[in-house]
Amino acid sequence: MTEPIIGIRELRKTFRSGDVDVHALRGVDLAVERGEFLAIAGPSGSGKSTLFHILGGLTPPTSGTVLIDGQDLMKLSDSGRTNLRKKTVSFVFQKYNLLPTLTVGDNIEIARDIAHAKGPIDAQFRDVLEILGIHRKLDRKPRQLSGGEQQRVAIARAIVNHPAILLADEPTGNLDTENSSLVLDLMRSLNERIGQTILMITHNPEAAAFAHRIVQMRDGQLHAV
Amino acid sequence: MVYKLVWENLKHRPVRTLLSSLAIGLGVTMMLTLVGVSEGMFRDQEERTRGVGAHIIIRPSGSSAIGITPPNINERLVGWAAEQPHVQQATGVVIYPLGGVSTVHGVDFQELSRMSDGFTFFEGGPFRQTQEAIIDEYYAKEKKLHAGAMVKILNRDWRVAGVFRGGKLARVMLPKPILQDVTATTGKVSVIYVKLDDPSRTAEVIAHFKQTLVDYPIYSMDELASQFSVNSLPELKVFIRVVMTLSVLFGFLVVFLAMYTAILERTREIGILKALGAGQAYVLGILVRETVLMAVIGSFFGIGMSYGTKWLLGTFIPASFPQAIVYEWWPIASGITLFGALLGVLYPAIKAARQDALESLSYD
Repeated sequence: MTEPIIGIRELRKTFRSGDVDVHALRGVDLAVERGEFLAIAGPSGSGKSTLFHILGGLTPPTSGTVLIDGQDLMKLSDSGRTNLRKKTVSFVFQKYNLLPTLTVGDNIEIARDIAHAKGPIDAQFRDVLEILGIHRKLDRKPRQLSGGEQQRVAIARAIVNHPAILLADEPTGNLDTENSSLVLDLMRSLNERIGQTILMITHNPEAAAFAHRIVQMRDGQLHAV
Repeated sequence: MVYKLVWENLKHRPVRTLLSSLAIGLGVTMMLTLVGVSEGMFRDQEERTRGVGAHIIIRPSGSSAIGITPPNINERLVGWAAEQPHVQQATGVVIYPLGGVSTVHGVDFQELSRMSDGFTFFEGGPFRQTQEAIIDEYYAKEKKLHAGAMVKILNRDWRVAGVFRGGKLARVMLPKPILQDVTATTGKVSVIYVKLDDPSRTAEVIAHFKQTLVDYPIYSMDELASQFSVNSLPELKVFIRVVMTLSVLFGFLVVFLAMYTAILERTREIGILKALGAGQAYVLGILVRETVLMAVIGSFFGIGMSYGTKWLLGTFIPASFPQAIVYEWWPIASGITLFGALLGVLYPAIKAARQDALESLSYD
């Protein structure tokens, strides 16, 4: 049996909001296998995004153990977490978050530049661009694309450096039904074709249904569905 | 790739980039204009002094090599100088300040013309009457004067007898005896120009003069020409330093404000870069490169605008402030401006580099 790519034990996160401590995560345990497509569902304020941010190294945990591809997040410094985002974990956001001044191609290229990727884009990724249907739109600026197309660019950018884990935070939150289905289909296709591990946060049960496994988050704790 | 992002960022806000670069360029223009005017005035002074055609200049005791000299050399010394060995000709000139850097020269036109191999007149000719003046083309252009016009000098009206080609001693010349009379310096001159029959004997003749004129500063024209530089005027060096400091301050403020605003506007983009794994150095590098590029563009603008100031000065006040283009100062002025710009970006860039990725991503 191989080690899970994500191993979380007794994960807690407490924020200070004014004079009040907000317990966003209250002892989360989770194991995600390599190549798994997992959906974390739950209502707003349940702690999904906090978990997402911790896994992406955007904020440190308060206590507990988080192992990402063998790296203990509790032991990582700020620069260690930056390196984690560079190579191991990548994001797809609800708001696409493309750089508006760059073309589609350059938005993808800058992710490679940050990760110090050398040489031209590999053949496998060219196939991915075709699967995502953006291979003919590399010279366009984000504002010239539809929301669905922008989200597909964001997915391409997220996986160009072959990260171990793709974290998708409400990736269909800004899309209509047709584009949502397209994006979710593509994510599942990437998971199946290139074995990309995907963690998707969503409050939409229909979106969650695209994953292999769904866990429910409520009041800072995870519950199997 | 970073350079592409930097360039696209600058292109994304063309008006801001243009205005910031122009403002940065103003510092470069300020420096280049000041240095250019100083250099231009010195070159002009040197050209006019050499245009006299003399080999030696005798100045009053206690005077410096350059600067306006009061007429306190006894005029009889002109005759004495003319009789010395190897001296072909000597002529005394009266210099009187008109305010600022302007002067009027009292000359014996026939002597000066002979020494300088003749004057070229665009309009009119030499003085024929006592209340006449001759002016050079630049003075005529600046004051919009022509031959026959009246010009007020030393609170008197003088008729312009002629407009001559510049590069001969002075911009405004009056008959020497008249200027001596008007300024109550009859029998005195400010400087004596000496022309030799053999220029190779200049040092020998100077040595001979110094035996008699012990306290008088006596220079060869080459020695005098070497004095026409910023180094010989410490006050000018101080002024140039003040302008350099102002340029640094100017560059600092412009870039500080421009980049501070840009960073606020790009908070989310900085968050995106950090989410992609960009470290502090990467974000800092983008903003520093952007500043350097803006400063380089600004320097080009500044150099271009210095040609503009040259044209303006040359068109409207060519006699007072002739401006030279001093190429050696292009990298110096650009470097000083870049230094100010880099100081200006420091705080905003460090602030941006330290921005929390999560907070930046939630910025709208």
